[in-house]
Amino acid sequence: MSAVTLDERPLKELMTAADTEPIPASSPAHASPRPRATPWLQTEQGRAFSASVGRLLRAGLPPTIGIGLFLLLWQLVSVSSGEPGLPGPARTWEAAVALIADPFYDNGPNDMGIGWNILHSLYRVGAGFGLAALIGIPLGFMIGRFAFLSGMMAPIISLLRPVSPLAWLPIGLYVFKETEPASLWVIFISSIWPILLNTAAGVTRVPQDYMNVARVLNLPEWKVFTRILFPAVLPHMMTGIRLSIGVAWLVIVAAEMLTGGTGLGFWVWDEWNNLNVEHIIIAIFVVGIVGLLLEQTLMWLAKRFDYL
Amino acid sequence: MHPYLHIENASMVFDTRKGKFVALTDIHLKVEQGEFIALIGHSGCGKSTLLNLVAGLLDPTDGVLLLNDREIKGPGPDRAMVFQSHSLLPWLTCFGNVYLAVERVFGAKESKKQLKARTEAALERVHLAHAMHKYPHEISGGMKQRVGIARALAMEPKLLLMDEPFGALDALTRASLQDELMRIVQETHATTLMVTHDVDEAVLLADRIVMMTNGPAATIGQILDVDLPRPRDRLALAEDARYHHLRHAVLEFLYQKQLKKAA
Repeated sequence: MSAVTLDERPLKELMTAADTEPIPASSPAHASPRPRATPWLQTEQGRAFSASVGRLLRAGLPPTIGIGLFLLLWQLVSVSSGEPGLPGPARTWEAAVALIADPFYDNGPNDMGIGWNILHSLYRVGAGFGLAALIGIPLGFMIGRFAFLSGMMAPIISLLRPVSPLAWLPIGLYVFKETEPASLWVIFISSIWPILLNTAAGVTRVPQDYMNVARVLNLPEWKVFTRILFPAVLPHMMTGIRLSIGVAWLVIVAAEMLTGGTGLGFWVWDEWNNLNVEHIIIAIFVVGIVGLLLEQTLMWLAKRFDYL
Repeated sequence: MHPYLHIENASMVFDTRKGKFVALTDIHLKVEQGEFIALIGHSGCGKSTLLNLVAGLLDPTDGVLLLNDREIKGPGPDRAMVFQSHSLLPWLTCFGNVYLAVERVFGAKESKKQLKARTEAALERVHLAHAMHKYPHEISGGMKQRVGIARALAMEPKLLLMDEPFGALDALTRASLQDELMRIVQETHATTLMVTHDVDEAVLLADRIVMMTNGPAATIGQILDVDLPRPRDRLALAEDARYHHLRHAVLEFLYQKQLKKAA
């Protein structure tokens, strides 16, 4: 309760002061030649500034504490695992700085900079996902529009969708006889489902109102597609794309571990063979950060394409 | 001379899971060119079904619908529809929504410039020139409905079909849109079929009020001629004995002759 009494005392003083001195400006005590400028933090601008700093602190505090605790836990695990043991945050950081200093060196196919490895993985995800989108989006539209086709495809999709991505790798290796198309095939087959199913669901969920407009205007099928179906489905499609790329990014690391050569997955496996645990941890962070950036970019894109 | 719209012995039976449901039966109606018809009845009486038959969104189980001596088969832009839920496409601006309809009807024979002018004229007619390039979610419910009306009128339809167009609006907005619709219909001489459940709206706007019996197997119970002179003014009508007499006639039909079946 001390805070309250502290606050009350000056308030009372002020009230009595106001009684005795009705016009403070006229009193000699306030008649200094130059009025003191209000401190910057009390001006309009200053208040806005301190408010935004406060907001920033409130928003930034929980994640900062979370990351701090995570680093602490990591350090504890690393210390308790003995020597040589799991590298701690400091040792990993040093190794990361060294790696990032030269991201694009190229000492032959099995020893490349981290930048090359990221780009190789991204390329495979892009190519595999691109193929999945090329086939999944039109197929999704058709499945959504024609119930017959939907009925035809439903058992196949239900059967193939739960298959673990890597189970497709041997088929790819057998058919293509090479690792590169085989890993694209794995990305393709595992990332086609979210985009196909979301597009199809989007088509079936186009509000009847919009379709009635198309019917009353008797629009040709092409106009129905470009003016009504496609814009209405676009937000669903973007969700599908986001999920598909997420899956592709999950799968690529595993696929590259098996196919080898280049890419983040291969690098993780290679550093495991070298017993360079710092680099494995760095690879995990890199995979996480790139995945996060992909997700955020696609979220931003999806917002741009949403019509509301 | 043949009537403009001729509905002869139309009936509509829906196949439902519980068997056949007779929505409409034995519908006979003749509408002259330029007439304003209000369809009124308790909810579930099939008045929207009748409108959908004329729109071509439904095919009658039995009977014939003729518009200008030609059978109505499927929907078409010669019968423009104003929906209760405005049904504007949210990814197009007001201009874009109207233009889509204008392009469909006149695109084959007119230049882009003419189509644009038609679209602008339609939006001006409903006093929305200022909101032309806004998206539907940026404007009020009343404005959306006005865009819907502009879209329908811009098609220069043979028939203007309205399915409770003002049902979702507040009373004040509804009144101003009714006045606006009266002015527009006066200017364009559009033949109009309007579904409503608002007795005042029906008496104020219509030349004839078609009163429907309760479903199932609903039909036209009575047709009331509204012989009030035009232009009509809602304030003057409020003190007009004929207006009250007509209003009473509709209420009597709805609440005395039809209520027992509804209860």
